[in-house]
Amino acid sequence: MKLRLVEDLCSGCRVCEMVCALHNRGEQNPKKSAIRIRGEFPVPGKYHILVCDQCGKCAEVCPTGAITRKDKAYVIDRDECTGCGLCVDVCDGKTMFTHTSEVAPIKCELCGECVRLCPRNAIVDLDGEIVAPK
Amino acid sequence: MNGYGGKILRIDLSSGHVRTEPVPEELARKFLGGRGFAAKLLYDELDPATEPFSPANMVVFAPGPLSGVFLPGSGKVTLASKSPATGGYGDSNMGGHMASELKYAGYDAVVITGAAAKPGYILIDDDRVEVRDAAKYWGRGAIESERMLLDDLGEDFRVATIGPAGEKLVRFACVSHDFGRQAGRTGIGAVLGSKKVKAIAVRGSKTIPLADPKGVLAKGREMFEACFSKPGFKEWTPYGTAGVTDWVNEVGAFPTRNFQTSFFDGHKEINGQRLKEKILITDKGCFGCPIPCGKYSRTKGFAGSGREKETIYVEGPEYETIALLGGNCGIRDIEDVAYLNHVCDELGLDTISGGNVAAFAIECYERGIIGRDKVGRELRFGDTGSVAYLLEQTARREGIGDVLADGVKAAAAKLGGGSERFAIHVKGLEVSGYEPRWAPAMMLSYMTADIGAHHNRSWAITHDVATGRDTLEGKVDKVIELQHTRPLFDLLGVCRLQWVEIGFDLRYYEEIFPLVTGWKYTWKDLLMASERVWNLTRAFNIKHIEGFGRSYDYPPARFSEEPVPDGPAKGKYIPREKLDSLLDEYYAKRGWSKDGRPTEAGLMRLGLDGVADDLARLGRL
Repeated sequence: MKLRLVEDLCSGCRVCEMVCALHNRGEQNPKKSAIRIRGEFPVPGKYHILVCDQCGKCAEVCPTGAITRKDKAYVIDRDECTGCGLCVDVCDGKTMFTHTSEVAPIKCELCGECVRLCPRNAIVDLDGEIVAPK
Repeated sequence: MNGYGGKILRIDLSSGHVRTEPVPEELARKFLGGRGFAAKLLYDELDPATEPFSPANMVVFAPGPLSGVFLPGSGKVTLASKSPATGGYGDSNMGGHMASELKYAGYDAVVITGAAAKPGYILIDDDRVEVRDAAKYWGRGAIESERMLLDDLGEDFRVATIGPAGEKLVRFACVSHDFGRQAGRTGIGAVLGSKKVKAIAVRGSKTIPLADPKGVLAKGREMFEACFSKPGFKEWTPYGTAGVTDWVNEVGAFPTRNFQTSFFDGHKEINGQRLKEKILITDKGCFGCPIPCGKYSRTKGFAGSGREKETIYVEGPEYETIALLGGNCGIRDIEDVAYLNHVCDELGLDTISGGNVAAFAIECYERGIIGRDKVGRELRFGDTGSVAYLLEQTARREGIGDVLADGVKAAAAKLGGGSERFAIHVKGLEVSGYEPRWAPAMMLSYMTADIGAHHNRSWAITHDVATGRDTLEGKVDKVIELQHTRPLFDLLGVCRLQWVEIGFDLRYYEEIFPLVTGWKYTWKDLLMASERVWNLTRAFNIKHIEGFGRSYDYPPARFSEEPVPDGPAKGKYIPREKLDSLLDEYYAKRGWSKDGRPTEAGLMRLGLDGVADDLARLGRL
């Protein structure tokens, strides 16, 4: 799976944030999601979708080897992570998210739930593994 | 408690004292949340002698148990206060991202009392709550100050603000949030202004406890997918509420030139199609909404405004704004309606009351009740400059604006000269966007809504059209049903438009509620809570307004005495005897007295024993 973000279609509803945290962490809490929507208002009136593009820089700098590539995604072994924050600092897209109650950062591991639930088709799977047009 | 943030936050601005208390389970079980919590807190804690602008008045922000939860439209917060527009119970809800953020910060209600010595804003960052200096934001536009606060605090805050109209105590000043969502009605922005509160900024990082997280995930997914499969998902969403403009005209229910008539021949220039073609930039959804009615637009100043070359951004116009600032002011250009929408948004004026007030002034001018000397310029229906001028004067309480700023009822009382006839309101709240002279269920909805003439308690116009508009048969039952069902959404803290607009099945809310809270409530139990609140707000009005009863439930004389002059509803009106027949049947079916007061037996049935005692003590039962 490879995510394609169509920001012009995004309406800022944050369903992606909700389903991400509830599906992956079992918590009703968008601040624990690996995807974020940022509005740019009142000018020019648009939304930005922030989510990992799986560039792998985080894995390169991780001192404990907690981040490894599995299939097409870089995933964090939460038991191995010490919370040093190097991966957060090095992330160009600012998509390694942190939460005060979590040691490890939160990143997208390509579960595809946001693709399935985005009401606007603003997040799609370029590889076509998940086809969920609405 | 599952589904709840768990705490009520109390901020007293006079003393600067901040404290929290746990949400009592009995409160949650009986009143659910949102509008239910707000109504109960106001009823219990406000002395009837409290004036709306006295420090003792309260402003409550209350999300509901479903706010912030994974289901469609879970982003509605109720704001409530003793209303400066009506002197009675006032509430208004808004979408955006405030309801969810309050829940994530751990709060099911924020209660603001007292008054600050100087302008401030309230910062809520999880458990950290502060009242901070707002000198640099005071006097600024509502949208402008939201931007400034986000720049100062960070993008992950959610901010509600008031504009200059709220600061100047305009009795229909709104509370603004998310660059264009408003709690528009009943003047809560002015109550915040009286407390010198410019804004509330919230950031929450906590997890809402759920009784069955896996169950909520599965049911929420089913609910979203059910929305996706509705034809309205694709057909309704591109136009949002503006899409109804043509239909309302076709059925002769479109407020036109201060409700003089109910058909506007310029409607095709200000409908959803025009909005989409000419000014739309993006759809703008509230939290959790799969069918965003929010339309974010770009317009420019009208000819003569001096802002013709400027690009002006505004969320909207949505239907109510199109109706009241468009048809009701005779404006026939979507760009001009959008511009007037922007004027109201920055000033912090409710567009529904704002459009009514401007139209009232223009009709009074055209009829010679107020002259050029008093107004300071010529006024005309269809002239955007007239409307913009009136809105700006009103928000700043300058000239004629100082009179208009108290709403049409109070303005007519001051102006005299027969102007009462042109003040289109019920209980002091101006009428929203459905002309009811050929719509008895809609008429009764306006007459009996607790906050005054607002459509959201019972949007019955479609029922009128579907079941016959010349008969009263079945209308009362439908209105009562809607008055329980629609406000229930405000108790739960979710948006009703998924149900109203695309036909989303109500059973889903009954199914997900126990998964969220762990309480096995049936739909009937939920409706009972809504009926309880309906009786409670009625009791609030009886307790707070001397002589409140049947006489407060009549619409403006225009609706019962003047036949619609033209258009599809030509010749129609609902005479007084029919209004009486509607009220008699309505009170009887609600178990109220002939004067519209709840009875002891009725209040006991709803578990409102204390309310029965209160009213008995006052001799008003």
